[in-house]
Amino acid sequence: MTHSVIELTPTDTDRRIARHAAAAIALTVAEAAIPLPLPGLKPGLANIITLVVLARWGWREAAWVSLLRVFAASLLLGQFLAPGFFLSLGGALASLAVLAGAMRLPSRWFGPVSHSLFAAFAHIGAQLLIARLWLTPHDGVFYLAPILGGAAVVFGLVNGFAAAALLREKAHAG
Amino acid sequence: MRPSATWRGLLRPGDYIVLAASIALCIAAGFGLWRGGTPDGLIIRAGGEIFAETDLSRARRIAVPGPLGTTLIEIQPGRARVAADPGPRQYCVRQGWLSRAGAVAICAPNQVSLILTGRGSDFDSLGY
Repeated sequence: MTHSVIELTPTDTDRRIARHAAAAIALTVAEAAIPLPLPGLKPGLANIITLVVLARWGWREAAWVSLLRVFAASLLLGQFLAPGFFLSLGGALASLAVLAGAMRLPSRWFGPVSHSLFAAFAHIGAQLLIARLWLTPHDGVFYLAPILGGAAVVFGLVNGFAAAALLREKAHAG
Repeated sequence: MRPSATWRGLLRPGDYIVLAASIALCIAAGFGLWRGGTPDGLIIRAGGEIFAETDLSRARRIAVPGPLGTTLIEIQPGRARVAADPGPRQYCVRQGWLSRAGAVAICAPNQVSLILTGRGSDFDSLGY
């Protein structure tokens, strides 16, 4: 019998993605402990990581980090394949799609705060759509839209500031 | 550097526009989605049949005949009430002004009912 050894050699990119995904997962798990008045209303702190990775390493890596975060955090929180997981996945995919467009805006004018706001609105937009089509098939869910929109502005702004501050620190350090 | 200047340094010109647009979108959504509930018409039924179907644009009074006597319905712009009813317990009169779409006042003894209609109705019907 011959021993076959499969050797995987992680590249620098792999390590970087893993490191950022780990940070994003930690933030998601930490924020799950914060009590909030409405189900589905979350600060989305992990998106800070997504924004930083997007700005520094590009969209592909941001997509890896964001989706790894969705899968791994849902496994950790026991949410995998539960409705919350699909809302989270839908939100992540929608905001990645929007970010692909938003990052092409002239960077002299639009920074991480804009990206964060766009992503936050894509997030709640996709989640409301999933909720309307699948979880609560009634137009009543749209009554939540202004509340979720307000949360998207506040948290989008805060996360955007955090990402911008982190990026500036990095720029000064390196 | 002052803290406020540090914070502002994180924003680029377009960010202000995006932020303003986001806030405007939320306010617009609030007005668009939460406006529901304003009535635009009313239906009066007597003995199960539709007696009158009108709008709430101008003030007037409508007398509706029933088995016990006349029920008087008063309409003002945006609201309506049962002003007088010959029924013994006066429930529909004591309900006062109805001002939400879907609100109902029923004067059962005299077989008269009043319901406000509206597109963005919050409720299918409201009884008290």
